[in-house]
Amino acid sequence: MFAYVVRRLFIGVILLIVMSLVTFLLFFLMPQDPARVACGKNCSIAQIKQTEKALGYDKPALTQWTDFLQGVVVGREYPEDKSLREKAPELISDCAAPCLGYSRVNQVTVSEEIKEAFPVSASLAVLAFIMWIVGGILFGVIAAVTKGTVVDRGIVAISLVFYAFPTFFIGLFLLKFIAIKWGWVDVPSYTTIAEGGVGGWLSNLFLPALTLALFFMAGYVRMTRAFVLESMTEDYIRTARAKGLKRGPVLFKHTMRAALTPLVTMAGLDFAGLLGGAIITESVFNFNGLGKLAVDANVSYDLPTLIGLVVLLGSFVIVANIIVDVLYAVIDPRVRVG
Amino acid sequence: MSFLSVRDLRVHFPTIDGVVKATDGLSFDLERGKTLGIVGESGSGKSVSTSAILGLHRRTNAIVSGEILLDGVDLLKVSDEDMRRRRGREVAMIFQDPLSAMHPYYRVGNQIAEAYRVHHDVSKKAARARAIEMLDRVGIPQPDRRVDDYPHQFSGGMRQRAMIAMALINNPSLLIADEPTTALDVTVQAQILDLLQDLQRDFDAAVMIITHDLGVVAEMAHDVLVMYGGRAVEYGATKEILTHPEMPYTWGLLSSIPEVDADPEAKLVPIPGNPPSLLNPPSGCHFHPRCTHRDKVPGDLCRTVSPELTPGTRGEGHLKRCHLANPDVVYEREVLPEIAPDLVEGR
Amino acid sequence: MSDHQLPMAGGMPADDPRSRAEDPVDAAASGFVEKERANPAVAGHFDADPILTVKDLRMYFPVRSAGIVRRTVGHVQAVDGVSFQVPKGGSLGLVGESGCGKSTTGRLITRLYEPTGGAIEFDGRDIAKTSSHGLKPLRREIQMIFQDPYTSLNPRHTVGAIVGAPLLIHNILPKDKILPRVQELLEIVGLNPEHYNRYPHEFSGGQRQRIGIARALTLQPKLLVADEPVSALDVSIQAQVINLLQEVQREFDIAFLFIAHDLAVVRHFCPEVAVMYLGKVVEIADRDSLYNRPNHPYTQALLSAVPDVKQAAIGGRRERIRLEGDVPSPINPPSGCRFRTRCAIAQEICARVEPPLLQIGKRHKVACHFAGELGHHPERPVTASLLGVDDTGTPDPGASPSVGIGNDPGYSDTWFDLERKTMASA
Repeated sequence: MFAYVVRRLFIGVILLIVMSLVTFLLFFLMPQDPARVACGKNCSIAQIKQTEKALGYDKPALTQWTDFLQGVVVGREYPEDKSLREKAPELISDCAAPCLGYSRVNQVTVSEEIKEAFPVSASLAVLAFIMWIVGGILFGVIAAVTKGTVVDRGIVAISLVFYAFPTFFIGLFLLKFIAIKWGWVDVPSYTTIAEGGVGGWLSNLFLPALTLALFFMAGYVRMTRAFVLESMTEDYIRTARAKGLKRGPVLFKHTMRAALTPLVTMAGLDFAGLLGGAIITESVFNFNGLGKLAVDANVSYDLPTLIGLVVLLGSFVIVANIIVDVLYAVIDPRVRVG
Repeated sequence: MSFLSVRDLRVHFPTIDGVVKATDGLSFDLERGKTLGIVGESGSGKSVSTSAILGLHRRTNAIVSGEILLDGVDLLKVSDEDMRRRRGREVAMIFQDPLSAMHPYYRVGNQIAEAYRVHHDVSKKAARARAIEMLDRVGIPQPDRRVDDYPHQFSGGMRQRAMIAMALINNPSLLIADEPTTALDVTVQAQILDLLQDLQRDFDAAVMIITHDLGVVAEMAHDVLVMYGGRAVEYGATKEILTHPEMPYTWGLLSSIPEVDADPEAKLVPIPGNPPSLLNPPSGCHFHPRCTHRDKVPGDLCRTVSPELTPGTRGEGHLKRCHLANPDVVYEREVLPEIAPDLVEGR
Repeated sequence: MSDHQLPMAGGMPADDPRSRAEDPVDAAASGFVEKERANPAVAGHFDADPILTVKDLRMYFPVRSAGIVRRTVGHVQAVDGVSFQVPKGGSLGLVGESGCGKSTTGRLITRLYEPTGGAIEFDGRDIAKTSSHGLKPLRREIQMIFQDPYTSLNPRHTVGAIVGAPLLIHNILPKDKILPRVQELLEIVGLNPEHYNRYPHEFSGGQRQRIGIARALTLQPKLLVADEPVSALDVSIQAQVINLLQEVQREFDIAFLFIAHDLAVVRHFCPEVAVMYLGKVVEIADRDSLYNRPNHPYTQALLSAVPDVKQAAIGGRRERIRLEGDVPSPINPPSGCRFRTRCAIAQEICARVEPPLLQIGKRHKVACHFAGELGHHPERPVTASLLGVDDTGTPDPGASPSVGIGNDPGYSDTWFDLERKTMASA
C-alpha cells in the first residue's frame, strides 16, 4: 500500500509540472499583452516595456516556467530584475520555498493571497460537505427503501428541482429572502473562529454552505437511491435475507456498505474541487475565497496568481484521488494491493 | 402428511403489461431424508417457486397464494417476523453462483457465524468456533486459518462448500439448492454433489435441488418434477420418469442433450422454438406450440384445453400433464429409438 | 437461391467443390436445421491436410510486483507448450476445466493476444508474430463465436448492421449488395430475413447466438474458433445451435476449434479431442480412443465426474474418481507433471521429469509416465527408457534416450505400443 501511494504521488507531481507548463503556454498565447494590462491604460510604450521587465514577462515563456519551478523548490526574491532590486532594496519581498510567485497586481506573494482566501473556501467546503453527505445519503436511502411510494416520489421530485435550479439562483434566493427580507439570519460575511467563535463562524457560513449543499445533495440523493436499489438486487443480499437476518442488518450492514463504495469516490473528488473555491457561491455572498480570487486574477491578467491556483487545485484533486483509492482498499478487500 | 407439502402454489407478478404467472398451480410432497429434483429451463418458474417457500418475495411486487405446509405449519399464513425466524433455521438455501452469493467485503467466517448468531444467542467467539467446525465438516482444509479469508480468496468449489456450511450451520430440516453446481467445473461438481449427499444423510434434511441438468437429477434425486411455463408437467420417482417419461417436453429434454457415452454420429433432436412467454402463455397446453406430437391428439384439444396433471399409464405414482392417450406406446416406438438405440435392443 | 454458393468474390475456397456439389437441397424450403443426412464431411476429414498447425504455443502473462518500481516477478503460464492440428473442414475439441488455458489458446489463434512463443501456422503462413496490420486478411479467414450471446452483440446496432459490418470494414461488397447478403445469412442460420432491422434485445438467447454465428459466417472464414458456444443457452436450445453449427460446417467446409467444458457436447461435435490441464495438453486423440480408452488419469477423472442420465436411470451410477483439492496456481505450477499433486498414481518420477506427449496409438497421444487404461496403469514408468532416466526419474547414464519425442503437432506413422513396450505401426 505504501509503495502504491508513493508511486501515485510521483505520478501526481509529474502531472502538476505538466499542468503548470500548459498554463504558462496558454497564458502567453492570449491575444492581449499582459504587461499593457498590468501597467494601465495610459502607459507609454517605454513604461509598458519597463513593466514587462519588472513582471518578468520579457523573458521567453519557457524560461519563466523554469524560473517558476525553481522558485517552488528553492524560493525566489522579487522584483525579478536585479538592477531594480539594487536600486530600491526596500521593495524587495522574499518568497520562501515553495514559492508560487508574486502577484504584481495585488502586491503580495501568491502564498500570502492563498493563505487569506483558503480558510474561507475550506470552511465553506467542509460545512457544505457535511450537510450534503448527511442529507444526501439519508434521503437517498429513505427514497430507496420506500421505492414507488409517495415519499420516494416526493424526494426524487424535490431533489430534481434543486438540481435544476442554478446555484446563483438558490444563493440569491436565500440571501434576499431569509437574510434580508425576513431577517431570520444576519447577512453573512466571513468571520474566522478567532474573531467570532465557533458560533459566529457557523452562523455566517450557514447560508452559503446551504446553497452549495443543496445543489450537491440533490445529486447525491439520486445517486444514493440508485446505488442502494442496485445493491438490493445483488445475490448476496438475497443470501443475507435467506439467513433470516432482520431488515436492519440487511440494509445497514449488507446493502449500504456495498452501495456507498462508489459514493466515496465521487464525494472525495467533489470535496477536493470545492476546496479550490466555489466561484458562484463566493461571488453571490461576497466571500473572499479561492474562487473569487481566481475570477479576479483572470480579469486582471494576474499570471502568478492563476498559476498558483492551478497548481494548488491540481494538487488537491491529486491528493484526494489518492486518498479515495486508499479508502477504497480499506472498504473493499478485493482491491487491496501488495 | 408429508414433511413438506406444497399445494396449488401460485406466484404472480402484476406488471403494467399484465400479470406474469411465474408459478401457476404447483403441488408436490417431500419427506425428510429425501431429495426432490426440480427440472426446467430459464423462466419455467423453478427458482420463483423456491423463493416463495423461503418467503423471499416482497409483498409489494408479488402475489403468492396456495399452501406451503412445512411440518404442518402453513408458511404462507405465518407473520413476517415468524417467517424470518424460520429462514435460515428451518429452511436454508444455497445458490447458483457462490461468488456473487457471498458479500465481497466480509470475511467468509464472519458471514457463516452471522447466520448462526441470528438464530442463536451466543458470543461472537462461540459462533466463530462453530463456523470453523462447519468449514471443517464441509471439507475446507485448514479451516481455522481459512475462516478469516475473504470470498475472493477461495476457489469456486471452496466458496460453494462455504455456502453449504452457512446453510447447514443451524441444522435446517429443509435445504433448497438452486443450481448448486451450474457455475462449477465437472470435477468440482462431482465433489459438491458427493458432499451434499453425505451431509443429507448426517443431517436427515429434506433437500430440493433445482437444476436444468437431468444428469444431476438422475444422480441426486429420489423424485423429480419437470416444470414448463410455470407448471409441473411431469412428476414422479426419478427412475420411473427417466426410464418411462410420458410427456413430450421431457422427451425433448432427454433427446436434446448429448451424452458422454452416446453414439456421436446420432443426431441431436432439439425442441423446436423458444420457451413460452409467462405474460402471454400459449393457450391450452403451454407446450403445444413446440410439441411434435400434438397431431396425435384428436381435434384441437392441445391448443384449446389445458390438460390436467393426471396419473400416467403406469400408475398413480407418475403424474403427467398431456392429452396423449397412449404416451407409453409413442415413447417406446418413436422417441426411444431416437434417444438411445442401444437401449431399445435391450428391452 | 438454390444452394449456399454465394454471389461473392473471394472468401470461399473454390478448390473444394464437394461440399457444395453434395448439397442441391433448397435450404429455405427444407428447413436448414432439420435436414437429416449422413455426415461425410466430418467423418472424412481425418486425413485432410491441416488448415491450422499449432506448435509449442506458449502464452505467459507477466505478474508484477507491488513495489515502488513495478518489476516483473513471475509469469502466469496460461498456455505452455501446446501443439495440435486442425484438418481442413474438420474439428478439434479443446476441453478442460476453468483455468486450463483453453480459452487463451483460442484467443491466441484468433490473435487477440500475441503469443510469448511457438508457431501458429494457418493455411501455410505462420501468423504467430504477424503485425496487427498484417492480420487484417487473417481476420477474414479466422472468425470467433463467443459464449455469451447477451454481451457479445452491440445492443445499439441492428442485426443487419452487426452481420453486415465485416463486409463494410473489409470493403468486399458495394453498399447496395450488403442487405441481400445479410438477409441470406440470416436465413442460413434459421432466422427470419425480414428481421434484419431489429435490435439484439428483441431476440432470445438462442436466436442471438444464431446472429453471432451469422456474423462469423459473413466473411466465409476457413476456421471458426467457437469458445463455449452453447454453455450459456438453455438445454433445449443448445441442441438447436449445435445442429446449426454442424450444418454450417458441412455446408461451407469450415474447420472448427471447438472450446468447451462440456465433455458430452465436445464428443458430439468433434472427431478429435484434446484435454488440457494447467496450460498443457495432457491427452489428445480421436473421439473413440479418448472417450472409451482414456489413458491419462486426469481424462479418466474428468469423464467419470460427468453425471449421466441414462446410467443413473437404468440403475446405479458409475464409480467416480474423486479428485481432491483445487487446480494449483499457474504462476508456480508443480514441477515435472503438472497433474501429479492431485494424481492417485503419481510417483517420484512425476515430480522430477515432465512426461512427454507420447504417441501410443494411431491417433492417440498421452502425457503420463504411467499411461494406461483405467485400472491398467503400469507399475513402472513407460517413459523412463525413452527419456533416458531410471524409474525414479534420475538420469541414467547407461540409457540411450530416443530423440524427438513429444511436442510435435499431428501424428506419426509409428508409435509406442504400451503393451509390448516397443515401437509399432499400423
